Amino acid sequence: MWEQIAANRRRSTVLISVMVVILAVIGYTGGELIVPGAGPLGLGVAFIIWAVMMAMYLFGAEKLLLGGALFHELTREDSPRLFNIVEEMKLAAGLPYLPKLYLIHESAPNAFAIGRKPEDYAIAVTSGLLHRLNRDELQGVIAHEVGHLKNQDVKFMTLAAVLLGSIVILSDVVRRSLWYGGRGRRRSDSRGGGQAQVVILVVGLLFAILGPIMAQLLYLACSRKREFLADASAAQYTRYPEGLASALEKIALAGRGLSFVTKATAPMFIVNPLAAASEDSFSLLSTHPPTAERIRILRQMAGASLADYETAYRQMKQGALIGGRSLATAAPQSIRAPTDEGPIESRHAADDIAYRQHGYLRLRCECGLDIKVPERYEQKEIHCIRCGSALPIPSVLEGRAPSPPTPEPTGPLAYTRATKGWESFRCACGRTIQLSPAFAAPQVRCHHCRRLIEVS
Amino acid sequence: MIPLIIIVVIIVIAALWLAGAYNGLVRLRNQLENAWAQIDVQLKRRHDLIPNLVETVKGYAKHERETLEKVIQARNMAVSAKGVGERAEAENILTGALKSLFAVAEAYPDLKANQNFLRLQEELTSTENKVAFSRQFYNDSVLAYNTRIEVFPTNIVAGFFSFSRREFFEVAVEAERAAPKVAF
Repeated sequence: MWEQIAANRRRSTVLISVMVVILAVIGYTGGELIVPGAGPLGLGVAFIIWAVMMAMYLFGAEKLLLGGALFHELTREDSPRLFNIVEEMKLAAGLPYLPKLYLIHESAPNAFAIGRKPEDYAIAVTSGLLHRLNRDELQGVIAHEVGHLKNQDVKFMTLAAVLLGSIVILSDVVRRSLWYGGRGRRRSDSRGGGQAQVVILVVGLLFAILGPIMAQLLYLACSRKREFLADASAAQYTRYPEGLASALEKIALAGRGLSFVTKATAPMFIVNPLAAASEDSFSLLSTHPPTAERIRILRQMAGASLADYETAYRQMKQGALIGGRSLATAAPQSIRAPTDEGPIESRHAADDIAYRQHGYLRLRCECGLDIKVPERYEQKEIHCIRCGSALPIPSVLEGRAPSPPTPEPTGPLAYTRATKGWESFRCACGRTIQLSPAFAAPQVRCHHCRRLIEVS
Repeated sequence: MIPLIIIVVIIVIAALWLAGAYNGLVRLRNQLENAWAQIDVQLKRRHDLIPNLVETVKGYAKHERETLEKVIQARNMAVSAKGVGERAEAENILTGALKSLFAVAEAYPDLKANQNFLRLQEELTSTENKVAFSRQFYNDSVLAYNTRIEVFPTNIVAGFFSFSRREFFEVAVEAERAAPKVAF
């Protein structure tokens, strides 16, 4: 498995070096094309663009993706079984830390992994994934994501994506300046240039036009290889390729519409959420291999080892995937028996987790109906839609006269628990506070107004 | 002058390779020891969960004294077992005893509806999985380490710094032996 990463790293080093060379050539020849003699300057501009793009990515994109209101970090209390599955896969892969977990409130099942360092590793799952897949299938999906993390795919693909972006921008700049301004000057200056000037001209033009396309194709080929590799890792970790195979089938069949996915984030998911099922065939322009092909390879595996995946892969396609050295040390591994456990959360439970995270207040009416109240609802009571009885909105008791919602801590607050299960109530500032069944402390602090509330 | 430079370059390359090979071996050995510690953590967790489980079941299934006693006995044996072989055997007996306890629980609908019991059952099942996955990773680590020690040229480094072979942690788990070959 370390060798697998090594093989991966070699391939990635080649990819990154080729892209850097493309970037450098476009920079140098572009500079020469626009103003003869400005090659080194062009080279400098190329690497400045790269550095700026990298900085923009490091400080912006990841926060944008995970820090937004759409994603909420899960705690063990929210879904102990999901945490158990992730912990099992963490042990199987030998990751040093447990990845953080995020929930996306979407009924389409899907998942992705993110994080460049082991401390920052995180896996996001949709609530649909929790109630549509059984335990074996969910384990397969989590193993695939852990495989991406273990193989350091996020790190390399980020680097490659930033390089690709820089190449596209730079070649665009070169093409545009040639079109609008470069021509006249070049004609007058290149009289004494001779042959070298012609070569630079031809190479520069070729790279400015073909460079971005070449880089894009390389990048996509690498992205597809990494999906196969993560599948192979998943089979090895779980010793049960069928789990992932049938999960992929369900994910592909359940429809892929995820409202918040853009072209930039689509390559991260286990199955591309943007590709329609009808377009699911091999193409040089897709970020993921066809799902049907991935399923067939998984189901053709005779055992669960990397070598078994390689054999199944070669039956489908030409060429090697993993490479010799890692296969030499792969022990034969038999496929384990399936468990008969169903989905780890019911549809309701999965939705409840998501509602809880979005600050909804949960009330149980005497008639047995569960009512979810959004944070925006400001009245002191709410009427049950089934039996019509008025329910007070649980909130803190204030020791002093009610103060307007201010961020400064004022006055003691108290709340008395009614049950031992999940419970929610309003803070004086109007925000919802959730107590888990495991909550045992005498006080809780409101995340919004920072005030302490006595809980009894 | 030039031969001298060539010799120096060769020595530097050899030293770099030696350092790399040595560090690689140490990394593998640490990983392997960490994996072994993980197995221990999970086994200990299982031992800690069992008294709770027995207490919960006692309240509902009074007639299953024999099964409960077997579980407690197996657990105590597993706690006090020494050495890899003895421990593996004790853990196997414990797994069997737990399985029969959960089978018995099927006959008590009240017990099966008990939240505490369900939570303990999930925790124990998962802990058993975690033991299996830690063991899997440990054995994978041992394989990689042993291979690295035996193949040329790292075997020279391993021999010089006396890195020794490690044993696999084999547990004959029923489910694994009975695993069907799935063919499609």
